[in-house]
Amino acid sequence: MRARTPFKTFRVVALILVVLSLLAPLAWMVAASLKTNVDIYNPDKALLFTPTWDNYATVLKQANYVQFIANSLWVAFAATALSILIGVPAAYSMSRFSMRRSALVVLMARVIPAVSLLVPWYYVFSNLHMVGGFTVLILSHMFVSLPLIVYIMMGYFDGLPLELEESGLVDGLTPIGAFRRITLPLSTPGIATAGILSFIFSWNNFMFALVLSSADTKTLPVAIFDFVGYASIDWGGLMAASTVVTLPIMLVALFAQKYVVSGLTAGATKG
Amino acid sequence: MSATTTTTARTTESLTTSTSTPGWARWANQHRKWLFAAPAMVFVALLIVFPVAWTVYLSLTDAEGSVRAESSFIGFANYLDVLSDTERFWPAVLRTVVFTSGVLLVEVVLGMAIALLLWRPFKGEKWVRVAVLLPLVATPVAVGMMWRLIFDPNIGMANRVLGWFGLGPWPWLAGEHSALPTTMFIDIWQWTPMVVLILLAGLTSLSDEPQEAALIDGATAWQRFRHVTLPLLMPTVLVAVLLRGIDALKTFDILYATKGKGGGSFHEVETLNVYAYGLSFDYNEYGVSSAVLIIFFLIIIGSMWALTSRRKDVA
Repeated sequence: MRARTPFKTFRVVALILVVLSLLAPLAWMVAASLKTNVDIYNPDKALLFTPTWDNYATVLKQANYVQFIANSLWVAFAATALSILIGVPAAYSMSRFSMRRSALVVLMARVIPAVSLLVPWYYVFSNLHMVGGFTVLILSHMFVSLPLIVYIMMGYFDGLPLELEESGLVDGLTPIGAFRRITLPLSTPGIATAGILSFIFSWNNFMFALVLSSADTKTLPVAIFDFVGYASIDWGGLMAASTVVTLPIMLVALFAQKYVVSGLTAGATKG
Repeated sequence: MSATTTTTARTTESLTTSTSTPGWARWANQHRKWLFAAPAMVFVALLIVFPVAWTVYLSLTDAEGSVRAESSFIGFANYLDVLSDTERFWPAVLRTVVFTSGVLLVEVVLGMAIALLLWRPFKGEKWVRVAVLLPLVATPVAVGMMWRLIFDPNIGMANRVLGWFGLGPWPWLAGEHSALPTTMFIDIWQWTPMVVLILLAGLTSLSDEPQEAALIDGATAWQRFRHVTLPLLMPTVLVAVLLRGIDALKTFDILYATKGKGGGSFHEVETLNVYAYGLSFDYNEYGVSSAVLIIFFLIIIGSMWALTSRRKDVA
């Protein structure tokens, strides 16, 4: 067992390197968001600088980000809630009645390039004068949320023993009653996992809002581009905007780490 | 066995004999399979199946310009145009293949190494796992912007670090030939953690016994990995490759965030997805873009099929 100590040292060094390379860029982004543009251009002020909130003031006041934060929250929340509402019962049916072919159709949505849906959507919704409204944005985000929720919840229902529902039936519950009073309460961890993940993906989604939103309804990932001009970039503002978009979702992931990880790795070990 | 039979019998009994249940409720219970699935299926039919069918139709027309403009059926002309286009289409295919296979290879090898590092418990494990999770949930557009500052040829940290070793400056994202590898680096930074999480879930679910047996037989660490861990983990590796592969093929956000429309002024990072997007929404060439999208879709399905048929060989 002499070999253990060098391995231990190697492992510690390697782990530190991994953590540093993952976190340093994020720390750099946050640091730049607290600098003036003059300091960003000055190599001597890389680490030692006088922090300023000016960039955040620009982002929140001048660039109207309070509105865009509200837009992102509303779209992500509505798309997630609606997807749970129609996705959870569907996942239940697909799991209990082994509707594998229907499930495959829903899951195909993970494979289809989003652009190929955007073109027809754009055709239909611009003829209905709906492009730029929240309804279309929320529907488009459900394209990501719904398959995710069906996928995660199918796995979850597959793992719930049938006996629990059957005992409810014996006690006089109808099948729908057993679903509502027994299966659904038992599924809260699964629904939480699916919901949090759907919220993250919707919050981060860029392409749908890029095409389907207007100046009033655009979400945060699109609003970031307000800081990128043709000739020059307001680096301080851009980094503050990027931090405003990313930080909330990182906090969500931090506090709901268990759920996020189980959602991201759902189905990974079934083979 | 007999217990199940009794349960079923009593279920039917309780359903048919209970007179308090109104008719619609009984109907709902009997048809719950389709009742539960219907809303989601209608959504999928209207917003996914129908648009895909329309894309197929559009690819056979000369639709362009305004979405209200008339278009006529032109058969497979768009496909012929696209497949003979060596200026934009085939280079985009090549970039898509290079990007996807490159990031997949690095992400799986690096992800495996990091997953093995994290496998056995250690002090501070919780914090390392948080660090692994953060890039993964970060908004891709913001990640692109973040690296855009770091890789800026004049003020970026990347060239400063190179300078310490007497290297550089490199053009990174601004270079005609270095832009694609740089965007691949960004993708690897953001998505290797995804592979780590999937492989770690797989590693944790492995039983300890084969490992112990190999240890007793005197196998070295590498032999144990190569002949015990890796074969057992292979199904999980393929899941990771499949999930990452599909998303890597469709990468858009970081390419658009770092290089803008058309994958930069020389189209240096223009992959199929970026090309199709540009055709649709910068040039309004709906017919041609639909043909590109159908070909792209077939490429995705083809590579998935190739992978899953391999998966059966392994399992």
